[in-house]
Amino acid sequence: MGVEADFYHTPGRPGILGWIFSTDHKRIGLLYLFTMLAFFAVAVGIGLLMRLELIAPGQTVISPTIYNSLFTLHGVIMIFLFVIPGIPAIFGNFMLPLQIGARDVSFPRINLLSWWCFVIGALIAITSLFTGGGPPDTGWTFYVPYSIRTSTNVTLAVFGAFILGFSSILTGLNFVSTIHRLRAPGMKWFRMPLFVWSIYATAWIQILATPVLGITLLLVMLERMFNLGLFDPARGGDPLLYQHLFWIYSHPAVYIMILPAMGVVSEIIPTFSRKTIFGYKAIAFSSLTIAFVGYLVWGHHMYTSGMSDTARWLFSFLTFLVAIPSGVKVFNWVATMYKGSIQFSAPLLFTFTFVFLFSIGGLTGLMQSALAVNIHVHDTYFIVGHFHYVMFGGTAFGLFAAILYWFPKMFGRSYRMKPVWIAWALLFAGFNLLYFPMLVLGWMGMPRRYYDYVPRFHTPHLISTIGSWILVAGLIVFVVHMIRSARRGPPVGANPWGGTTLEWSVPSPPPHENFETIPRVTTGPYDFERASET
Amino acid sequence: MSDKPAISYGRYLTIWLALLVLTAVTITAVGIQFGRWSVFAAIAIAAVKGTLVLFYFMHLRYEGALIRITLSLAVLTLAVIMVLTFADVSFR
Amino acid sequence: MSTAAITEHRDPFGAKFGMWLFLFTEMILFGGIFLLYAVYRSTFAADFHFAAGTLNRLIGGLNTLILLTSSLTMVLSIATLERGRRRASGWFLLATIVLGLAFLVIKGFEWTAKIHHGIFPGSEEVLDHTAGENIFYGLYYAMTGLHALHVIVGLAILAIMWVGLVRAPRRRRRLPIPPGGGATLSSPGGQTLWSQPPGDDAEAIEIALVYADDAADREARAVKLENAGLYWHLVDVIWIFLFPLLYLVS
Repeated sequence: MGVEADFYHTPGRPGILGWIFSTDHKRIGLLYLFTMLAFFAVAVGIGLLMRLELIAPGQTVISPTIYNSLFTLHGVIMIFLFVIPGIPAIFGNFMLPLQIGARDVSFPRINLLSWWCFVIGALIAITSLFTGGGPPDTGWTFYVPYSIRTSTNVTLAVFGAFILGFSSILTGLNFVSTIHRLRAPGMKWFRMPLFVWSIYATAWIQILATPVLGITLLLVMLERMFNLGLFDPARGGDPLLYQHLFWIYSHPAVYIMILPAMGVVSEIIPTFSRKTIFGYKAIAFSSLTIAFVGYLVWGHHMYTSGMSDTARWLFSFLTFLVAIPSGVKVFNWVATMYKGSIQFSAPLLFTFTFVFLFSIGGLTGLMQSALAVNIHVHDTYFIVGHFHYVMFGGTAFGLFAAILYWFPKMFGRSYRMKPVWIAWALLFAGFNLLYFPMLVLGWMGMPRRYYDYVPRFHTPHLISTIGSWILVAGLIVFVVHMIRSARRGPPVGANPWGGTTLEWSVPSPPPHENFETIPRVTTGPYDFERASET
Repeated sequence: MSDKPAISYGRYLTIWLALLVLTAVTITAVGIQFGRWSVFAAIAIAAVKGTLVLFYFMHLRYEGALIRITLSLAVLTLAVIMVLTFADVSFR
Repeated sequence: MSTAAITEHRDPFGAKFGMWLFLFTEMILFGGIFLLYAVYRSTFAADFHFAAGTLNRLIGGLNTLILLTSSLTMVLSIATLERGRRRASGWFLLATIVLGLAFLVIKGFEWTAKIHHGIFPGSEEVLDHTAGENIFYGLYYAMTGLHALHVIVGLAILAIMWVGLVRAPRRRRRLPIPPGGGATLSSPGGQTLWSQPPGDDAEAIEIALVYADDAADREARAVKLENAGLYWHLVDVIWIFLFPLLYLVS
C-alpha cells in the first residue's frame, strides 16, 4: 500500500483539536475559510438590518445610536475579518506552497499563530459589543476627536483590531519568506504562477503597512486611557495627523484586498482559454507597481479635511497614476482570451463578473481622485457605492471565483452548474440593484452614515433595500450549495479543469506533505502547448 | 554560521568604543550651543551610531543583497511617508 | 509497511530573513510615532527646545551607554557560542539581561521623578504648560514607554535563550503511529534503536534525545541566538535615535 491518505485523514490529534492545533497550511487555510464565513454572515446580517432601516425616511426598526454602532460594526467585521484576511488567508495558505512545489510554508507554527491571533482579535472585538459603553459608534475609521471622547467601547474594539494586525503581519512575513526560500528546483521567479506574484506583492504590503495601523490604534488606546493630548487641538494636538496615520495603512490595505483577487483572475483566464497568459511579466510587475504606488496616494481620503493645497494636488496626481497598472492587467486578460479556446465554466463566469464590477468600481474611484469632483462627493453615498463595487464586486467576487476554481482540489468533489447559475443571477441582479442606486444617491447629494434622509432620496433607497434581499438570497443559495457539494458532491480527480500549475498535479484533496517527490520545474506556469502534447 | 567570516572579538570591542566616543561627542556637542545645527549634528551622529550597530553588530556588512535591498525598501517606505506627510504639514 | 522519515526542515538563512522581516515591522511601528514627533517638532520648535531641557541629559546618556554595552555583550555571547565556548556565551548573555534590567530600573526612576513633579499625561501641571510642551511630554511618555515595552519583551526572549543555552542539548519529537501498526526507530545507518511489535494500541511515540554538544546543534543554537540578538540590537538602535531627539534638542 503506497497510497497516502489525504490531508483530512492525517494521523494526529483527534477531532477538532487536530485542526485548531494543526500546522498544516491546508488545514489552516480551511480554518480561515470557516471562521471567515461565520463573520461574513454576521456582517451581512448587520448590513441587511441597516438597509431595512433605510427603506423609508424616518425611524423604521432601530434607533439612531444603534444605527451608528451598526455601520461601525459592519465596517470593522467586513474589513478586518473578511476582506483583508480574505483570499491570502484562505487561498494563499492553501495554494501557495502547492503552486511553488513546497511541502508547507516557511514557518508553519507562526502560520497557526496567525490564525489564533485572527480568532482572538475577533473575540476581543466582539466582546466590545457587550461590555463597557456598548459597541463603538465612530465608524470603522475611528476618527479623532470623537473616538477619544465617546463613551462607547472603542478601546476594546481597537485592541481587537490591533491583534488582528498581528495576524496579517505574520501571514505576510511567512509568505515572503516562503516564496524566497521554498520554491521547487527549476521554479525561477518568472516561472511562478501569477497568483504567487500577487500574494508576494500583497505580503509586502502586509509587512510594511500594517505596523502603521498598529501605532495608530495604540495611540488611540493611549489617548483614551491616559489623555496624552496628541490628537487634541485644545492641548496642541492635530486631529488631521490621526487621519494621516490611519490612511497611511488603510489605503495600502485596499491593495491587500484587491491584488490577490486579481491574481486569482490571472490563474482562471489562462486555464479556461487553454492559452498562456498574455504579457506575463507585465502582469507580474503591475502587481509590484500597484503595491508600491499604493503607498503614495493615501491623502485622497482627506481632500476635504484641511490639508494644504500642495498636498491635495500632489495626492490627486499620484492617485491617477495608480489606475494605470490595473488597466495593464485588464488589457492583458482580454488579450489572453483572444484566439483562445474558451471553456465556459463557473469560475470563468464569476471572473467576467469580477472584471465588470471591478471596472465600475475602479472608474468611480478615478472620478473621485479629481479634486473638483471629490469636494462634492466626499462622504456621500457615491463613495459607499464605489467601495462596495471594488471590495464586494471586486474582492468578494474574486473570492467566489477562487472557491469555484479550487473547490475540486480542496474538497475532492465537484458541484453542479445549475445552482451556481441561479446563485449568480441572484447575486448579480441583487448586487447592482443594491449598489448602483448608491452612486446615484451620492451624486444627488445624500450623505453617508446618515440614519435618515429627505423624501427625494426615497426611491433609490427603496430599490437598494430590495436589492439587498435579492443579493442575500443569492449568497444563501451559493453557500448552501457549496457546503452540500463539499460533503456529498461526486468525487473528482486531480485535474478536472486541465490546469497546468503545480497544484493540479497532486491528488484532490492533496496528501499531508503535498508532493510524493518535490517536482523539478522546467517550463513556465501556463504551458498549454506542452500540456496538450502529453 | 559557516558561510560568513567570523568577526574577531577585537573588532566588536573597537566598534563598541567608537559608539561610546560618539555618544560622548554628541552630548558635549549639543552643550556647545551651535544653535539649530546642534540638533542636526546630534541626529547625524545618531545615524552613524545606528549604522555601526546595523553593519557590525547585526552583520549587515556581511549579508547578501536580499537583506540589504529589503531593508532599503523598509527605509524607503518610511521616507516616502514622511515626505508626503510634510507635503501637507509644511504648506498649510 | 510505510516509513516516515523525520525530516527536519532546517533553513537558517530563512529563519534569519524572517527575523529581519519582523524587524522591518518594528521599524515602521516606531517610524509612525517618529513621524508624529517630526511634525510636532516642526510646529512647536521652541517649546520642544525648552521641554527637552527639563530632561536629565546625563541619565539619558547613561542609559545610552548601558544599551550600547548590552549590544556588545550580546554579540560576544553569539561569537563565543560560535567558537564552541558555551559557558562563556551564557555569561555574556546574562550580562546582557542584567544591563537591560538596569536600563529599565533607571527609566523607572526617571519616570517616577517626572511624575513627582506633576509631569505626566493628563496631569493638571502639564495643562498649565504651553501646548507644545504638553505635546512633548506626551510624546516622551509614549515613545519611551513603547520602547520600554520592547525592552521587556526582549529581556523575556533573552531569558528563554539563556535557559535553552545552559541546558544540555536535547531534541523532542512526537510521531503518530497508525492504529494497530508497529513502529521501529532506526538510526540513519540502519541500526535498530527501538521497536514496538504490531498490535499494541499506542497512538504515538514521543522521542526525547539527549546528546552531547555537536556542530549541528551548536549551529542551531547559534541561529536562534543570532535572531534574538537581531531583535535586541534593534531595540538598541531605536534608543540611539530616541536619545538625541528627546534629550538633546535643546
